[in-house]
Amino acid sequence: MTAIRAEGLTLAYDDRTVVSDLDLQIPPGRVTVVVGANACGKSTLLRALARLMRPVHGAVLLDGRAIHSLPTRQVARQVGILPQAPVAPEGISVLDLVGRGRSPHQTWWRQWSTADEQAVAAALAATGMTDLAHRPVDELSGGQRQRAWIAMAVAQQTPVLLLDEPTTYLDLAHQVDVLDLVTDLNRRDGRTVVMVLHDLNQACRYADHLVVMRDGRIAAEGDPAAVVTAELVTEVFGLDCRVVPDPVTATPMVIPLSRHHPARAVTA
Amino acid sequence: MTAVTPPTPGAAAAAPEPVTPAAVRAVTTATPEPVRAKAPDTAGPFKVGASRPAERPARALRPAVLGLPLRPRLVVMCVITALAAFGVFCLGLALGDYPVPLADVVPALWRSGARGTVFIVHEVRLPRALTGVLVGAAFAASGAVLQAITRNPLASPDMVGINAGATTAVVAGIVLGFGDTLGTPTLGLAGGLLGALAVYLLAWRRGSTGFRIVLVGIGVSWMCTSATDYLLTRAKMHQAQEAVGWLVGNLNGRGWEAVRPLGIAVAVLLPAALLLAGWNRNLQLGDDVARGLGTPVQLARGLLLLVSVALVSFATAAAGPVLFVSLAAPQIAQRLARLSAPPVLLSALTGTLLVSGSDLLARHLLPDVDLPVGVVTGAIGAGFLLRLLIRSNRAGSGG
Amino acid sequence: MTPVPPPPARLRHAAAYLPAAAVLLAVLCLLSLAFGSRAVPIAQVADALFDRAGADPQIEAIVWNVRMPRTAAGLLVGAALGLAGALMQGLTRNPLADPGLLGVSAGASFAIVLAVAAFGASTAPTNLIWYAFAGALAGAVSVHLLGGLGRGGATPVKTALAGIAVTFLLGSFTSALVLRSPLALDRFRFWAAGSLTSADAATLWQVTPLLAAAAVLALATAPALNSLALGEDVAVALGRRVGLIRLRATLAITVLAGTAVAVAGPIVFIGLVTPHLARMVTGPDHRRILALTLLGAPSLLIAADVLGRVVARPEEIQAGIVVAFLGGPFFIALARRRRLAEM
Repeated sequence: MTAIRAEGLTLAYDDRTVVSDLDLQIPPGRVTVVVGANACGKSTLLRALARLMRPVHGAVLLDGRAIHSLPTRQVARQVGILPQAPVAPEGISVLDLVGRGRSPHQTWWRQWSTADEQAVAAALAATGMTDLAHRPVDELSGGQRQRAWIAMAVAQQTPVLLLDEPTTYLDLAHQVDVLDLVTDLNRRDGRTVVMVLHDLNQACRYADHLVVMRDGRIAAEGDPAAVVTAELVTEVFGLDCRVVPDPVTATPMVIPLSRHHPARAVTA
Repeated sequence: MTAVTPPTPGAAAAAPEPVTPAAVRAVTTATPEPVRAKAPDTAGPFKVGASRPAERPARALRPAVLGLPLRPRLVVMCVITALAAFGVFCLGLALGDYPVPLADVVPALWRSGARGTVFIVHEVRLPRALTGVLVGAAFAASGAVLQAITRNPLASPDMVGINAGATTAVVAGIVLGFGDTLGTPTLGLAGGLLGALAVYLLAWRRGSTGFRIVLVGIGVSWMCTSATDYLLTRAKMHQAQEAVGWLVGNLNGRGWEAVRPLGIAVAVLLPAALLLAGWNRNLQLGDDVARGLGTPVQLARGLLLLVSVALVSFATAAAGPVLFVSLAAPQIAQRLARLSAPPVLLSALTGTLLVSGSDLLARHLLPDVDLPVGVVTGAIGAGFLLRLLIRSNRAGSGG
Repeated sequence: MTPVPPPPARLRHAAAYLPAAAVLLAVLCLLSLAFGSRAVPIAQVADALFDRAGADPQIEAIVWNVRMPRTAAGLLVGAALGLAGALMQGLTRNPLADPGLLGVSAGASFAIVLAVAAFGASTAPTNLIWYAFAGALAGAVSVHLLGGLGRGGATPVKTALAGIAVTFLLGSFTSALVLRSPLALDRFRFWAAGSLTSADAATLWQVTPLLAAAAVLALATAPALNSLALGEDVAVALGRRVGLIRLRATLAITVLAGTAVAVAGPIVFIGLVTPHLARMVTGPDHRRILALTLLGAPSLLIAADVLGRVVARPEEIQAGIVVAFLGGPFFIALARRRRLAEM
């Protein structure tokens, strides 16, 4: 099982340090969700895990070896990344887009094989996109488009899958749908999933392992039920809230308080 | 200066999505049940997990043939274009002041037939026709690569300093008088490569981006063009005429000395462009996705740019900057094949057809006038773009 | 209520930049009168300028008949190019939009070449300006018409595509004509270099009212462009009539760019970059951008013209060439900066 780990990671854009001296062990075969306030460095961390960003100090280790010293194709067979709001070329069909996920498995003399075709078909089926395979991506709805991109990452057949806010711009039903799909990928194929999410409650529902970031450091991590408390949310997000069990999943659910809606009564 | 940002995909309205029942979960259960314990839910809007790939046999979406994905339309279009290009090529060899029957043209290529016919076909017309074929292929393939790297359908090599550099070098050679010793092709090649190198190096700032290359290309083009304009105002009349004749793009009087270097260049660079096509496809998805797919982004872009630049430099050296071929041929090919990016091989074939056909027209359109091929490709190009414009308007997608 | 904090220094001092730019422009105009390929002492220039007794008639002729129209041409052309560029960028919301995209240069080139080829040497250089003007307008109008074909009217992308098509077509014809007619080539090559010396005083007086009207129209459109900068939908929500704004701005751009190209030939950089430079000083308010561009663009052009006269004495280098040669590196330096590269 592929293990991915960050050691003493410091990340910066030009002179602006975004993540400093961060250690993180991603539990293999589980779903890890990274949350935090805007600009806390969570997307930057994900980019570094996907070797899209070179650390200033420290390293991201893939099975114990620094990810930046490995050939990028080799990494691409282990780690798939779906950046936030990717832009598909105009007119590309779903089939072609998903097919591009196969490129780490292809060579100059064998640009397409039966294995590629099967992987693409399986990815389309897993994401429910088979019937839309020949449609141009730019004609799809936002939810379908996101599924097409996820299908591309699925076709890459990597043991580790990194997703940067896969639910952005989706309505609530499609958010749940995409997160269920990601969970399937984890439960069924045993893939390690790391994703950045905005919604704390969704993060608590879907995470096996929750990483809460604040100002480029890890404020807390672990089982959501153990980690998420009203104090932590206040500290990290600067938001007064009440944390109650989710009526459906029993995972923590954050109910924000506001100036107009202060806490009325204390109920357990 | 033609620099246009590509149309935003967001402008196209999303097609209505098949109506799906909202994913309503039963919240009525009295006791909260952790979702993890549940089997994959089948009530999601897209029936997530309902159809496991193992249970449902994968449909034959795109069979593999000889290690390549089967695209019947692309193959058919390549064959048709190649045949048409060959037809025009033969026609070009047959027509002229001494017409040769079409039936005698092909044998004459292998030096069989009447001696006069062989001489006309092989020594007089073949070099020019071959130059046209190679120039068309080189310009078009170069444009196809470039449009894909920059993700800009209106990108053409004159944006990245090649034409500007080549033009300045050749005009300087003609006007300042060192052109005769060095030779116009050498100057064109050196100038084009230098211009592109300058653009690439100047655009480098912790890596390059397609957009910055285009911007720097504009700046370099300004300088080169102004140098050319200045040289032209200094030139003697006959020098200015010679320079402008070259600037338009011309196949007149091209002999075997033009064919050989260009032939070798195309033989090496076109396969290279085809081999790099996989990287090019990934680069179109954006740098982040491409890197995630294991593409060495900077290396890939550098190599692709090099191939594109070298192709167009050799072609420019042989025929001058033939207007528009590198812009339009890939766009035509892309529409013929109905793909999201210009396919390199089909683009090259289309370019060949375009230049060979244009040269045929240029030679025979007006009696007694040998028009430069660039005039015809420019005019055809305008017509093509207008057609594209009108069609895109009809489709309502706004170009 | 908490008072709104004062704006950052850059914006507070924006008002001070306008007088500074005006002074700079005035100084450059004086320099343009004082310096030329022939060195004339400043005192004598002043004598000639103020028509004092004892002024050398030869120098008086140089100052009044050569340098004065040339400076005026620099003022008019520079301001026209700058305004056209700023309007175009504001209208299309494309930072790389350039009036040259509209087919004005191609139209003017073709008209000049056609006129010389058809009417021969009898065509006076000043008349060429009117042919060029007609050609530039015809080029721009056909680009707008073609860009507006079909449903949805003109969008920036369609207009750009039409501009390229028209430029290709006319460029082809121009090349064919130039290759057939040495005389046309001769006139064309000097025009294409971009010079401020083509127009005489009479012609400049004739185009001035036209340019002034277009400039007023341009400045009047500025507040609407501020709304448009937030997106078309927002502009409509703010009560703007987008179609009307577009029409007005397009009219102004066409007249400004067409006249500039007719008077001075195709000159790059000014229309594309001065609005960006102005924006760096003023911030995103189009009223300020246009005002500063109006003063800054002619300053650049006149400075380039003066430089072109001085560096190659006793020869001259055309202003268009100087602008491109100095503007190129500057533009590249801008492109290497993160902000412009991400615009």
